[in-house]
Amino acid sequence: MCLAIPGQLVEFFPDQPNIALIDVVGVRRKVDLGLLADDPPVKGDWVLIHVGFAMSKISEEDALDQMRTLRMLGEAEAAMQEVEGYGLGNPAGDGS
Amino acid sequence: MKFVDEFREPEVITRTSEQIRRLADPKRHYRIMEVCGGHTHAIYRFGLKDLLPSNLELIHGPGCPVCVLPMGRIDDGLSIAQRPEVIFAAFGDMMRVPGTQGSPLEHKARGMDVRIVYSPSDALKLAEANPDKHVMFFAIGFETTAPSTALTLVRAKAQGIHNFSVFSNHVTIIPAMRAILDSPDMRIDAFIGPGHVSTVIGCRPYEWIAQNEHKPVAVSGFEPLDILQSIVMVLRQLRANEAKIENQYKRVVPWEGNRAALRAMAEVFELRPYFEWRGLGFISQSALGIRPGYAEWDAERRFDVPGVRVTDPKAAQCGEVLKGVLKPHQCKLFARECTPEHPIGALMVSSEGSCAAYFNYEHRKTELVTSISSTA
Repeated sequence: MCLAIPGQLVEFFPDQPNIALIDVVGVRRKVDLGLLADDPPVKGDWVLIHVGFAMSKISEEDALDQMRTLRMLGEAEAAMQEVEGYGLGNPAGDGS
Repeated sequence: MKFVDEFREPEVITRTSEQIRRLADPKRHYRIMEVCGGHTHAIYRFGLKDLLPSNLELIHGPGCPVCVLPMGRIDDGLSIAQRPEVIFAAFGDMMRVPGTQGSPLEHKARGMDVRIVYSPSDALKLAEANPDKHVMFFAIGFETTAPSTALTLVRAKAQGIHNFSVFSNHVTIIPAMRAILDSPDMRIDAFIGPGHVSTVIGCRPYEWIAQNEHKPVAVSGFEPLDILQSIVMVLRQLRANEAKIENQYKRVVPWEGNRAALRAMAEVFELRPYFEWRGLGFISQSALGIRPGYAEWDAERRFDVPGVRVTDPKAAQCGEVLKGVLKPHQCKLFARECTPEHPIGALMVSSEGSCAAYFNYEHRKTELVTSISSTA
């Protein structure tokens, strides 16, 4: 429940201003950026993701640290399963 | 030390552990509560107890959303999902949590349409993809998760998606900490504050604990060193007879929290007058119901909810464990009737539950030592 997954924003979509494509160690899924409305991230920024929503911006160094923490906690696999499950398992994230 | 070699900076860990031993007064017994289930998991996983002096006790707090949910709420949610048009959607953590007639997964085996989603927004997508069905998202979680449910409801309303609702079991951490401090059988010297909840609420909501209760709080990250440093912070305060809120997890937690997330929660949720917590009983203003403006998407308004109240099996002592009065292995059912494979109480289901954490790390370790010594 308390998983916070680090990812990098790699693509925005002009027709979906609240959505961005993020990359979590090679897996790409769409996440919601609505909770960062006060300090919108830009392409290349790193964020912590929780249940499909970007929760906070972090540095690249902290993102790498966080991934290592998840590995140490034995939760990296669960985190990747969560990311792969976003968008109902569909990389396009549109549920189709 | 099984995992010490994996630690990022083993020498810093050793130094911090020594620092804790120096700061702890040998004549005193310390009871420090880690509020968040993620910390409980980390403490067992890394065997941090072995790095602490024996007069420093870590008490596992109520910050595991699955664990504090009373069984009646699961029964209520599943009763709505008995309707043929309803799809029951929930996070994976919920799937094995027992209701009186079995877990959501067992209901699925009996034909109920139960789906795992990894995000509330995916439950909404499921509704869009199944216009002839009604998707009910069984929402759980503290303030880490509640903003995502809130924004999903904002999006459902904006997009006019009407075959979707939320059964909200969202709870808030501060009233639970207050209930623990008010409980006569609890004596806590300091708190290790939850990391990811605090990314949303910030550090200010803890200030009354320092000001009114004179207890130190350190908001902590999840690495072994983070937790040990947080213990150093609160021990230093206790030694100086101080009480303040310190933010050990500054790299992620802003002092003021995440205002956009708080706004989303305020838009959609209102405090319920009271809510039942497993082990802690009814706590006033401790949970989030859905505002009338979102009534159409509120499963509790939209459907008949039986309002089931189920007392825990008498033999199971989840309540005492949850309050830190008993250690997991002191429960009569621990590792006998109640195991991670066949959980009776929710504390044994979630990896953040103290019983599952204790079973997976402490109990299995003891069993291994026993079997090695008996074969030797």
